Amino acid sequence: MSTIPAELKYSKSHEWVRFDGEIATIGITDHAQEELGDVVYIELPEAGRMLSHDDIYGTVESVKAVSELYTPVSGEVIEVNDALSGAESVVNESPYESGWMIRVRVKDAAEMDDLLSADGYKSEIGE
Amino acid sequence: MLVTDLPPTNKVLLPTVFEISRPGRVGVAMPASDVGETPISELLPGVPLRADLPLPEVTEGELVRHFIKMSSLNYCVDKGFYPLGSCTMKYNPKVNDMAVNLGGFARIHPYQPESTVQGALEVLHSMQENLSAILGMDAVSLHPAAGAHGELLGMMLIRAYHAHRGESHRKFVIVPTAAHGTNPASAARCGYKIVPVNTDERGLVDMAHLEAQIEKHRSELAGFMLTNPNTVGLFESDILQISQMIHDAGGLMYGDGANMNALVGTARPGDMGFDVMHVNLHKTFSVPHGGGGPGSGPVGVKAILEPFLPVPQAVKKADGTFGLDYERPLSIGKVAPFAGAFLAVVRAYAYIRHYGRENLHRISEDAVLNANYLRVELADTFPVAYDRVCMHECVFTLKEWKKFGVKALDVAKRIIDYGYHPPTMYFPLIVPECLMIEPTETESIETLDAFVVAMKQIAAEVQTDPELLRSAPHIAPVRRLDEAFAARRLDLAWSPQEKFAATMED
Repeated sequence: MSTIPAELKYSKSHEWVRFDGEIATIGITDHAQEELGDVVYIELPEAGRMLSHDDIYGTVESVKAVSELYTPVSGEVIEVNDALSGAESVVNESPYESGWMIRVRVKDAAEMDDLLSADGYKSEIGE
Repeated sequence: MLVTDLPPTNKVLLPTVFEISRPGRVGVAMPASDVGETPISELLPGVPLRADLPLPEVTEGELVRHFIKMSSLNYCVDKGFYPLGSCTMKYNPKVNDMAVNLGGFARIHPYQPESTVQGALEVLHSMQENLSAILGMDAVSLHPAAGAHGELLGMMLIRAYHAHRGESHRKFVIVPTAAHGTNPASAARCGYKIVPVNTDERGLVDMAHLEAQIEKHRSELAGFMLTNPNTVGLFESDILQISQMIHDAGGLMYGDGANMNALVGTARPGDMGFDVMHVNLHKTFSVPHGGGGPGSGPVGVKAILEPFLPVPQAVKKADGTFGLDYERPLSIGKVAPFAGAFLAVVRAYAYIRHYGRENLHRISEDAVLNANYLRVELADTFPVAYDRVCMHECVFTLKEWKKFGVKALDVAKRIIDYGYHPPTMYFPLIVPECLMIEPTETESIETLDAFVVAMKQIAAEVQTDPELLRSAPHIAPVRRLDEAFAARRLDLAWSPQEKFAATMED
């Protein structure tokens, strides 16, 4: 059983979103990091980039595979977690806190409603 | 065996050849030169010459033992069963090596006049014809050095074709999400944008999704890359309809021939609508691989793509002699030095001629039979991802075993302790906790039965002592490696400056 914090929103492609006003912090779920295994490389966008819903915003490479990261909410990247570079295992150890990936200034608040609740995500991954 | 009885962690198994080196030791005694010696700096004036080159100094005996020891640590098809899915690790007949050691093949130079290498050129030409016949294609280039190189050439040919027709705006290539990772990489390398298509509950291309993706990109569709049988080991039974849909949209069909061992001699991709495909001589046609090559990934094409093939093509001239043709105005150019990995081609040629046209079908028939035998024998212990008749390989999913704290990785590591090479794991990505087993046709029923017993024993260990799996392998030359550390801090070089003592510490 993976951890699924109740206060976060989720996408079917295993991203979580924490909303704080118009700022959304985005990362990958505990389930995703568990499925990927040990993360060895992460590629993230530059701050300032405009992302649309479902855009690929980066890639995460584990010992198993390279996976793409999908944008759960459209907006401008205002901050990137540079601390992950060289310390990729943080994504495995703390996917919801230190392992966050990007912060986005949300463009369309209505997109929030399309995301899954913790319960919705839980049934999505069959837990 | 209990976990507590296990040997300690990894230690250095074998010093490098630099570490056994001692100053002044030599492996050969050269006779005194019967011509006067000239310093190399006089022979090569103005060329920067290295004063010091720290080559190892060892006797012939030490060198032979060094490499024999190293080779004995290796696992290979000559040593045991190697069911690595998608890799077709079949036995490599030794008669192929006899063929490549013939002087007319082994002791020739690419710059020799054509009149002095007619036999070698005839092999190249005949191989182009043989592969065209097997694949159902009109022409073949033998140049690509690997399967992925073949894919790259294939996509370059598709790009050249569209450009020649003034349709360079076609920039989308559809690739199944289950595809080999090299497929989207090859297309992207040619500047194409990748459009994914899903796999349905049958384990085949999701036809409704394919239709939607074609419709979305119809006017800009360059092609579709498909492996058949696909990466879950199933035959794409809608292949004729798929080809028709892609062709109707103006795209071309690329065939990834990695799984050709399921079809050779039985069915021809050309008849399924593929316009261009590669085939791996080092898989289907018994050329050794897994040791760093050389591989060979020839590309077959339909007539519409033939003008764009790389130079040179081996040709039979009007006077009956053979030569290399560089006069191909629409050619995309060269993709490899000379005419490809020649000796890999010779090995595969010997293999094809050994079977002959009448018997090639026995390869694919026995490969499919062996895979289905394992599927059925293992199915009650190892859940099959798509439970139906498979082609040359079968895919299992161990997602239910997570409740025991055991992953596909642990099963793969544990099988090493039973003396087998692990199956492919975590591919294709669409199957969770995936193990992919490809026995090939060259294994006896006794080998397959012994493997089934070992796999069932491991399944029993999952219940009784899962730690035995999680800490495997126990009796291999090295214990489980820290793969994450190895990937994060990739360091493959050893330099003589480093201290020997540091690496020998347990």
